[in-house]
Amino acid sequence: MKQKSLIALALASMVGLQAHAEVKVGVIVGATGPGASLGIPYKNTFSVLPKTLGGEAVQYIIMDDGTDPTNAVKHARKLITEDKVDLIIGSSSVPAATSITDISSELKTPQIALSPVGPAASKNPWVFTIPQPASIMMGAVADHMKANNVKNVAYIGYSDAWGDLVLNGLKTHADSAGVKIVAEERYGRNDTSVAGQILKILATNPDAVVVGGSGTPGALPHVTLAERGYKGKVYHNHGVINKDFLRVGGKNIEGGFAPTGPVMVAEQLPDSNPTKKPSLEFIKSYEASFGAGSRNAFAAYSYDAYLLAGNAVAEASKKAKSGTPEFRQALRDALERVKNVNGTHAVYNMTATDHAGVDSRARVLVVIENGDWKLVK
Amino acid sequence: MDFTIAALLTQDGVITGAVYALLAMGIVLVFSVTRVIFVPQGDYVAYAALTMAALQAGKTPGVIWLLLILSVLATLMELTQHVRAKNLRKIPRALTQYLGWPALWILLAYFLAPVQLPIYVQAALTLALVTCLGPLLYRVAFQPVAGASVLVLLIISVAVHLAITGLGLIFFGPEGSRTTPYSDARFSLGPLQITGQSIWVLAATALAIVGLYLFFTHTLRGKALQATAINRVGAQLMGIRSNEAGSQAFFLSAMIGGLSGLLIAPITTIFYDTGFLIGLKGFVAAIVGGLFSYPLAAMGALLVGLIEAFASFWASAFKEVLVFTLILPVLLWRSLRAHHSEEDEE
Repeated sequence: MKQKSLIALALASMVGLQAHAEVKVGVIVGATGPGASLGIPYKNTFSVLPKTLGGEAVQYIIMDDGTDPTNAVKHARKLITEDKVDLIIGSSSVPAATSITDISSELKTPQIALSPVGPAASKNPWVFTIPQPASIMMGAVADHMKANNVKNVAYIGYSDAWGDLVLNGLKTHADSAGVKIVAEERYGRNDTSVAGQILKILATNPDAVVVGGSGTPGALPHVTLAERGYKGKVYHNHGVINKDFLRVGGKNIEGGFAPTGPVMVAEQLPDSNPTKKPSLEFIKSYEASFGAGSRNAFAAYSYDAYLLAGNAVAEASKKAKSGTPEFRQALRDALERVKNVNGTHAVYNMTATDHAGVDSRARVLVVIENGDWKLVK
Repeated sequence: MDFTIAALLTQDGVITGAVYALLAMGIVLVFSVTRVIFVPQGDYVAYAALTMAALQAGKTPGVIWLLLILSVLATLMELTQHVRAKNLRKIPRALTQYLGWPALWILLAYFLAPVQLPIYVQAALTLALVTCLGPLLYRVAFQPVAGASVLVLLIISVAVHLAITGLGLIFFGPEGSRTTPYSDARFSLGPLQITGQSIWVLAATALAIVGLYLFFTHTLRGKALQATAINRVGAQLMGIRSNEAGSQAFFLSAMIGGLSGLLIAPITTIFYDTGFLIGLKGFVAAIVGGLFSYPLAAMGALLVGLIEAFASFWASAFKEVLVFTLILPVLLWRSLRAHHSEEDEE
């Protein structure tokens, strides 16, 4: 027994010694549970990242919250108080990321959320978000609707925060695009049938249907629409951009539109696009580990979090030593001053009032053609 | 709402209801024979669907690793038990049951997976693999505590469910799958488009229910199972081995679960964790049947399916709420007219 505690003590002191020499980043993702299909790629990125962050040695402590806000909060608290991380990256689902924001402001630790956060949390000075706000993304959808003379739109989305975010994003552009939302339907991630909702939507005879789902469950409404012989346009959102979505949807989802970050179609972008170079770098290192075609929007968000954090750490380490409250404060301030950082999804420009820091360069519209994403020019 | 929409919703509700009915059958069967409220019943569905999808994609289905682990564990448990009891005569039988059969299916799946088999052979192989899970799960998780209270058995069953779902994520990955439909036929009946697949679902459910009915009323094994369900101790005194009855109940329920998975996989996308929600709805249906009546449970399942279809039309945001609220009046009605069960008297 005595020997064991001695070993533990020795180990603890070794860990303690190491802690001062490097930047510690706590990563929280939902790699299991209902959000696993997005959480796993989010997590994968951290295994291909370099061993330094902004010129400093870095240690990533990765925790899985099981897509559960309660776990996410528990992990965040533990990471900050026990592991003494300088920065929290995560979580990957909206409810979990939103609940962590309370902890990060309470314990004064900057947080880079890998998913959008709720409206109140987005005003939190300690929280920065990577993914494009739904309003920016749905702007691309609304522009396309306007150009194609779409007047009546029906909506079907998740009965959770993601469904609300996409719907609200659509609503902010509805008036300016001259679009009327004629039906608002909801479904669950694990639902086996959306026949009822689709029938109600078809009864309103819309020119287009917007789907507020994510990952493979996002394919179900589109497949059901196709089975019922719907001929109008179907728009998805940036939450569905992965290979498995295409596999599950198969022929039924051909011709569907979706907004996404430029990284997904990096090769099809002109060389002048500032996101092309980081995107190709990311794709090269990610696909080297996870196979050709394994790129996805979510892993790229993690990569952008890494780019932003690297930028801020380089700045903050001039002012303070990692592991101190001063460093965390400096890191937060540096994140807020991020200017023209070229990421895979966007060119980031943070300000005191805008902690997402992206503009219309952060979105492209893609269409599903022959089982792949094609850039809509 | 006009007639067409009502007809379409009814069609949708009946088909989902049929799948819930199969699950409810499995849950009632397991509960009445072993008193286990079998939460993982829905997981059989997910495992069957994803195994089928893996076979169709030419990949080795992950379920064989779970089978392998369970089969080794079960065999070791059997061996220790028989050696301790100096009951060496029983060893060959235990070996075939817990090692031989699973090993056969594991090997078949392992070597046949890359070959594109005809769809019905794939379905049969999937069904065999998933069915093997039943008795193995019973031997490893439930048989050692077969006499425990319903609550303990429920807790174990929740644990088994969590373990199976977690392993499902490792075996099948986080993304969902769909399988090729068994039939592409479509015909119109008034406003209704009837797909060959939906006929498969209804026919298979009806066959399974009739099959179960005949099994329980016309065969010795079925009657033995029913005897165990009615009075465990009494059945034991009559020479019916309760452990064997439990094993058979799990075998049947796994087969029913696997069948539901095979039926539903071409209609919808199945994820590694889809099983819980489907299973829960099957459970609601089983509750309507008081966890003992097959016809009532089947009707309950139909009711759940219909409520779900109509709720998703009228108030899609509250669909699950409506379905699970159904359980309240049913429980109230049950508790008012129920006679005390054996468990309460203990």
